[in-house]
Amino acid sequence: MPDFKLPSLGEDIQDADVLKILVSEGDTVTADQPIIEIETEKATLDVPAEAAGTVSKIHVAEGDTIKVGQLLITIDAGDGASSKPAPTEEAPAAEAEPEAVPEQPAAEAEPTPEPEPEEAETEAAPEWVAPDSPTRPDPTEPPREAPRPAASTETAPSGDQPAFAAPSVRKFAREVGVDIDSIAGSGPGGRITEDDVKRASRNRPEPAAPTAAAPTASAVHRLASEFRELPDFTRWGPVSREKLSRLRRTVSRNMAQSWTEIPHVHLQHHADITAMEELRQDFKERAREAGGNLTISVMMLKVVASALRAHPRANSSYDMEAQELILKDYIHIGVAVDTERGLVVPKIENVDEKNIIELSIELNEIAERARTNSLTIDELSGSSFTVTNLGSLGTGYFAPIINWPEVAVLGLGRAQQQAVWNAEKQAFEPRLIMPMSFGHDHRVLDGADGARFMTWIVEAIKNPMLMALEG
Amino acid sequence: MTSNSTNDEPKRVAVLGAGTGGYPAAFLAAELGFDVTLIDEREAPGGVCLWEGCIPSKALLHAAQVITDAREASHIGLTFGDPAIDLDRLREWKDKEVVRKMTGGLGQIARGRKVRYVRGRGRFTAPDNLRVAVDGEVTDVGFEYAVIATGSRPIIPPPLQLESDRVWDSTAALELREVPKSLLVVGGGYIGLEMATLYSALGSQVTVVEMTASLLPGADPDLVKVLAESVAERTHEVLLETRVTELRESGDGVEADLLGNDLDESRTFDRVLIATGRRPNSENLGLEATGVKVDERGFITVDHQRRTGEPSIFAVGDVVGEPMLAHKSTHEARVAVEVIAGEPAAWDPAAIPAVVYTDPEVAWTGLSETDARRQAIEVEVARFPWNASGRATTFASNRGVTKLVIEPGTQRILGVGIAGRGAGELIGEATLAVEMGARVDDLRLTIHSHPTLSETLMEAAETFFGTSPHYMSRRR
Repeated sequence: MPDFKLPSLGEDIQDADVLKILVSEGDTVTADQPIIEIETEKATLDVPAEAAGTVSKIHVAEGDTIKVGQLLITIDAGDGASSKPAPTEEAPAAEAEPEAVPEQPAAEAEPTPEPEPEEAETEAAPEWVAPDSPTRPDPTEPPREAPRPAASTETAPSGDQPAFAAPSVRKFAREVGVDIDSIAGSGPGGRITEDDVKRASRNRPEPAAPTAAAPTASAVHRLASEFRELPDFTRWGPVSREKLSRLRRTVSRNMAQSWTEIPHVHLQHHADITAMEELRQDFKERAREAGGNLTISVMMLKVVASALRAHPRANSSYDMEAQELILKDYIHIGVAVDTERGLVVPKIENVDEKNIIELSIELNEIAERARTNSLTIDELSGSSFTVTNLGSLGTGYFAPIINWPEVAVLGLGRAQQQAVWNAEKQAFEPRLIMPMSFGHDHRVLDGADGARFMTWIVEAIKNPMLMALEG
Repeated sequence: MTSNSTNDEPKRVAVLGAGTGGYPAAFLAAELGFDVTLIDEREAPGGVCLWEGCIPSKALLHAAQVITDAREASHIGLTFGDPAIDLDRLREWKDKEVVRKMTGGLGQIARGRKVRYVRGRGRFTAPDNLRVAVDGEVTDVGFEYAVIATGSRPIIPPPLQLESDRVWDSTAALELREVPKSLLVVGGGYIGLEMATLYSALGSQVTVVEMTASLLPGADPDLVKVLAESVAERTHEVLLETRVTELRESGDGVEADLLGNDLDESRTFDRVLIATGRRPNSENLGLEATGVKVDERGFITVDHQRRTGEPSIFAVGDVVGEPMLAHKSTHEARVAVEVIAGEPAAWDPAAIPAVVYTDPEVAWTGLSETDARRQAIEVEVARFPWNASGRATTFASNRGVTKLVIEPGTQRILGVGIAGRGAGELIGEATLAVEMGARVDDLRLTIHSHPTLSETLMEAAETFFGTSPHYMSRRR
């Protein structure tokens, strides 16, 4: 097999940028030797050679955006195979190359489970009547109209072509309430596929507005607000420009989307971690011997996992289409890690099933790999709750943004010794107080729910037995 | 449907008009569980299409084709005598074995689907009631939803309105009362040309008069050219840019005043067929008792779901606008009834095929070259002439052309035009291609059986790339 294509990178990753080409034509490579470094929305990865041989042709250049399945490199295994034209798939891949792979700011950033068409239908049609129960529609309530511009009758002599999509796809778009004319197709020549419609449906800012909320107008509005024109800053002084990395663009898009879509509530609580810190001091040597690093973050992971068991709604996702809550039976906690490249959030799986020593090892290791940029796509998706700690940088309280599709995020600040009034002893005494900031989705949890969750955590920190009893 | 087991009374749907818009609407509504009443003056469903339009005309055009083929077979060494035409038998075959068989079948289906068929003329008295006059008796049909599918009728311009059985409209022409020695066809559109094809094959000396500069006004000139050559050979005369200003009975025939660029004279014909257009049947329906609106040309105004100004009343077919084609009505009927059933249906076809059943046939679908020019849409055109087609050449005549109208850049097929024998059947594949958003490559890479006329679609796609094995064209 002389031709190497970009392998599948995980569910929602369709393309990547070529950062560096690590070999030159004529080089001899061994199997599994990294040949190209790429950056996806999630991570930087090395693509290894699948077999040994001589690099006879490199088909991509640094800076290219490449698609899954695209031809990367041809390696001559020494049997002359490379001189043959690539099998059938090559032509379309090569043809599709530069124009057909635009920077797609499409919204596959999040590893969201793809909504099944059936789900989409049930959502968008709450007031519609299934064909087998046709007696429901009320003549006084005209059935909902598909959101298309009113002018789109066949007599309208506009120069517009009908949507570049099969009739079944157009019908599907009407069913899920997506204006097909506003979708850019990903198929050959820009043809709109059913997947394109699903994607557009998923990325709608509002839940499928049940009334005819002129989607075209709102799309225009959204665009206008997304791309407000910048002034010419050079009027005020010299400026320079920096190209944003894909990671930066992904973070910016995801955070903007979370912030605008999710009604955030932020609660500030403080916890007395004096006892926890004593425990940490007692056990940190043991953790180090086992290869871990026992930090407050690690201990808080355990506390949060217990709190989530006791408050399962904080470990859920909100399905706007189905108008349902998806409760997760697993507890995978994302941990925000500050790296040179920017923020990444790898997850630690099944936190509730691991002991603190195990967690201290795992967190240490995953944070290290985040800094050395060697996380896998899999590690970067699928968390069900996120913890972010800005304490080491001196931050106290802050307002963390929810990592969609999760519904809550816990921010930890720098713990400080404070004089706390002890009523029993009738005296102030020094206690180690940690500020905590909890952000949650008000659509799922009310302020009181959030307060109960936080109070539970505060109590659990003070009294670790609570975890054993309720967690 | 079986799952409709609620105790609620099913909603009532009244369908006014049982043509190709009305009966499919009624049948689908019944299928979806509505309580359906279908109202029409005729004894059984079918409308103009089945009773006096598409179906009888195609039956007679089949006969015409047989005659023409036999006559023209002398070119290849097969000479038949002149046909003996038993007009009574031909008429009986058309009426009984074609039309009655089809309409009777629809009547049975209506009964089978428990659609109440009320024969009479319906008129709205309120937004939820139709009054039907049946043999002097009056029945009220209440409804929650109504579908208006009253169709259209031939229109005869006032100067040509002459109370005479020597002046026909298309309905009279299809009755096949006689084969006149000479026939004047006024109007070179599809109905006029189909009737010209029929009567010239039966032996009439046919003169076609068309007001504009071309036959089939509005159709692409390259397609019309193919037909015009054959019409010129088979008819006595084709007079373009000519008007008939007056008709008078004279002796056994009709005298017609003809006025053209170089022509101003009176000529006498045995019979005159007026095929100058059709008008929507939107009068005398009691629409003023509802919120239904009618535009200045008489078409009922509807939105993209075929809903009229009265939210519970829908309208489909010829009565809502051009193109006045049976299959357009049927598809609109589906949209209207699905909307009534609460589905988000909408009228959004990319292509409505049109077929002219002349000899040879002319058919087009989607965007035509003429429309593209008129709307200033940039297109590329790929043409494959049939004289390069093996299959066409095996017929006595290989006259024809297949062309694709293509969107530059995407190479998406926006429209297809075909002139030639069997064009009406070939346009089906073309319509699917347009509706699916196929690209030229999709058509090129689809294997077509050889030798067939359907290959001309694939070959036209090949000419776009300059790779047709049978026709040299500019290479891309």
